[in-house]
Amino acid sequence: MIGDAANFTSAGRTHWGWIIAIFILLLLLPAVFDTHTPTLLGIWALFALSLGLMWGYAGILSFGHAAYFGLGAYTYAITSMNLGESTAAWIFAIVLPAFVAALIGAMMFYGRISDVYMGVITLVFSLIMAKFMGATAGDAYSIGNARLGGFNGIPAFPILNVPGDPSTPIFGTALYYLVLCCLVACYLVSRWVLSSAFGRVLLGIRENEARIELLGYNAPAYKTAIFSLSAAMAGMAGCLFASWAEIVTPALFGLGQSVEVIIWVIAGGLGTLMGPIIGAVLLGTMKLLLGGQTFIDNSLVIGAILVLVVLLLPRGLLPTVLGWRKQQGQRSVSRARSNSMRRRGGERRQQRPAAEHDKTGHGS
Amino acid sequence: MDYAAVVLLEIIYMIAFLALTSAGLAVVFGMMRVINLAHGEFVMIGGYTTIACAKADINIYFAMLVISPLVVGILGLLVERLVVRHLYGRMIDTMLATWGLSLLMVGIITFIFGNTAVSVPAPIPGYELGEFQMGGYNLFIIGIATLLIICMWLVMRFTRLGLVARGAMQSADVASSLGYDPKRVYMWTFTVGAALSGLAGGVLAPLTGLLPSSGGAYIAKAFITVITGGAAVITGTLSSSVIFGTINQLVSFGSTPVIGEIVMLAFAVVLLRLMPQGITGRFFRNAP
Repeated sequence: MIGDAANFTSAGRTHWGWIIAIFILLLLLPAVFDTHTPTLLGIWALFALSLGLMWGYAGILSFGHAAYFGLGAYTYAITSMNLGESTAAWIFAIVLPAFVAALIGAMMFYGRISDVYMGVITLVFSLIMAKFMGATAGDAYSIGNARLGGFNGIPAFPILNVPGDPSTPIFGTALYYLVLCCLVACYLVSRWVLSSAFGRVLLGIRENEARIELLGYNAPAYKTAIFSLSAAMAGMAGCLFASWAEIVTPALFGLGQSVEVIIWVIAGGLGTLMGPIIGAVLLGTMKLLLGGQTFIDNSLVIGAILVLVVLLLPRGLLPTVLGWRKQQGQRSVSRARSNSMRRRGGERRQQRPAAEHDKTGHGS
Repeated sequence: MDYAAVVLLEIIYMIAFLALTSAGLAVVFGMMRVINLAHGEFVMIGGYTTIACAKADINIYFAMLVISPLVVGILGLLVERLVVRHLYGRMIDTMLATWGLSLLMVGIITFIFGNTAVSVPAPIPGYELGEFQMGGYNLFIIGIATLLIICMWLVMRFTRLGLVARGAMQSADVASSLGYDPKRVYMWTFTVGAALSGLAGGVLAPLTGLLPSSGGAYIAKAFITVITGGAAVITGTLSSSVIFGTINQLVSFGSTPVIGEIVMLAFAVVLLRLMPQGITGRFFRNAP
C-alpha cells in the first residue's frame, strides 16, 4: 500500500497551497504563543522527517535512529564546549552522524543483511552508544574541556550563536525561526532528492531491489547514501535539541527515543514526507500534555496508539485521510485500484510464506 | 584456583541466564518467524507474578515454576488472538505492534504496582568458595536452564508434539496439508513461548529487583541471542548463549560489566555481518 502513498507525492499532486498556508501560520505563531514548546515540536518533526525519508522511500527501517540524534547532540555539545563557538560545532554535528551512518550502512548493505538483522544492528548500535555514554562518569572520560559526565550528561555548553559571532546567541523566538528554517530546508532537500534520478532509484529499490540491481544500479551504494543523508538530518535535529535543552544526556540515545520516532512516522504516514512531520507534531503535543499529569502513564498511551495504528491504520494518518478525500471524488476508480493492490499484496504473501525473512512487511 | 572457579561459574551462569531469557523468544522466532518485542515485558510480568505470589505467602517455587508460566502463557494467548494473528507474514508490522504492546504493558504495570522497585529475597543462601562469597541461587538458575534445554530437546526430538512442531517449522504448507492447522500450531507456539518467558521471569525475580521498565534489560540481549543463533531453536540459542555469555563475562572480569556488555553487543554486530543467517544458518543446519 505504500506504493499508493508514494505515487501521491511523487506524481506531483502536492498540496502546495496548504503547505504555504501552514508555513505562513507558523511564521506568525510567535506573536500568539510562547515558542518554547513549538520549537521542541519542530525539532521532533525534523527528526521524524529524517526517518520518514529513509524508511518511507528506501524501505530501510532503523530501530535505533536515536543513535544519530544523540550523536548530533553530543557532538555539538562537545565541540562547542571546546571551541566556545557554535559554527564549527553545528557543521560537525551534521557531518559526524552522517559519516558514522555511512560506515554502518555500508557494512550492512554491502553485507546483504536482511531486514530483521538490519533492525538488530541499528538497535544494537544505539544501545552501545547509550551504554557507553552512561558509563562515562568521572574525569577519565573527557574530550578536551568537555566531561562526558555519565548519566548526568553534559550541561552548560554554549548554545547556538549567529555564525562567526559568539556574543550573539540564538534562543527563544530566534531559535524557533531557525528550527522552522531547518525543517523547511530539509523538507525541500528531501523533495528534491526524491524527484531526482537518485530518488527514483531509491523508490525502485524499495519496490524490488533485485530488479534494480539487474538494471545495473549499485543498490548498496544508494542505500548507504540515503542512510547517511537521513542520519545527517537526525544529527541536525539532535544539534538543535541540544541547543534548545541546554543539556545532553544518554537518554537521547535510548530505546524510548527510537520507538517514539518510529511511532510518529508510522502514525503520520509512511511513504509521505508531510506525514511524519504531522505525526511528530500531533503525538509530540499529546506526549507533552500527558507529561503534565500523573494519572495515566505516557508509555501506556503511546503503546496503545502504536498497536492500534499497526492493526487498523497501517498506512498512517495522512495517506488515509487523503485516501478518503480522493475516494469521495472518484469512488469507483480508487476502489478498483485499492482492490488490485490488495490482490497483489495477498498474492505476494502467499508466495513467500512467513518462514522467509524478506520485505513482506514493507510491501503490505 | 578459586578465582578460576569463580570466573567459570560466572560464565556458566551468564550462559544459563541468556539461554533462559531467550528461550521463549527463540521458540516463537524459530517456529513462526515472528519477533516478539514484548518478550521483555512477558519476562517482567512473570517476575511480578512470582513476587506478588511470594508476598501472598504462596510457596515461591510453586509460584515461579507453575503460576508465572501459567499467567504469562494466558497473557500470550490473549496477545496472539487479539494482535499477532492479524499480522502473520508481516514481520516488521509484527515487530512494531509487539513493541507497542510492550510499552502498553509497562504502562499497565506502572499503573498497578507504581514506578518503584519490588523484590523478594533469594530462597537459597549463599556459600563460600575459598575466599569468595557466591550466590547459591545462581546454581539453581543454572540447574533450571539446563533442565529446560534438555526438556525442550526431548520434546522436540521424541514426542508427537515435537514432530508436528518441527514439521510446521520446516514447511507450514506440508503440515497443513497433512491436517495440522497452522493457525492452531502458531497459537500454541506463541502461548508456549510466552509461558517460557514467564518461567524465566519468575526464576530470575529473586535475583534482581523488578521495575516496570525491567523488561527492556532482557529484550535487547534476548533479541541478539536469538537472531544470532538463527533459525534452529535449541542449537541456535544454546550456541549463541555460550558465545555471548563467555565474551560478556570474560571482558567484564577484565574491565567493567558495562564494557563487557558493549563488547558483547559489538561482537554480535560483527557476527551478524559474517553470518547474516545466524549461526545455525551456517553450522548445525539440521539440528532442532
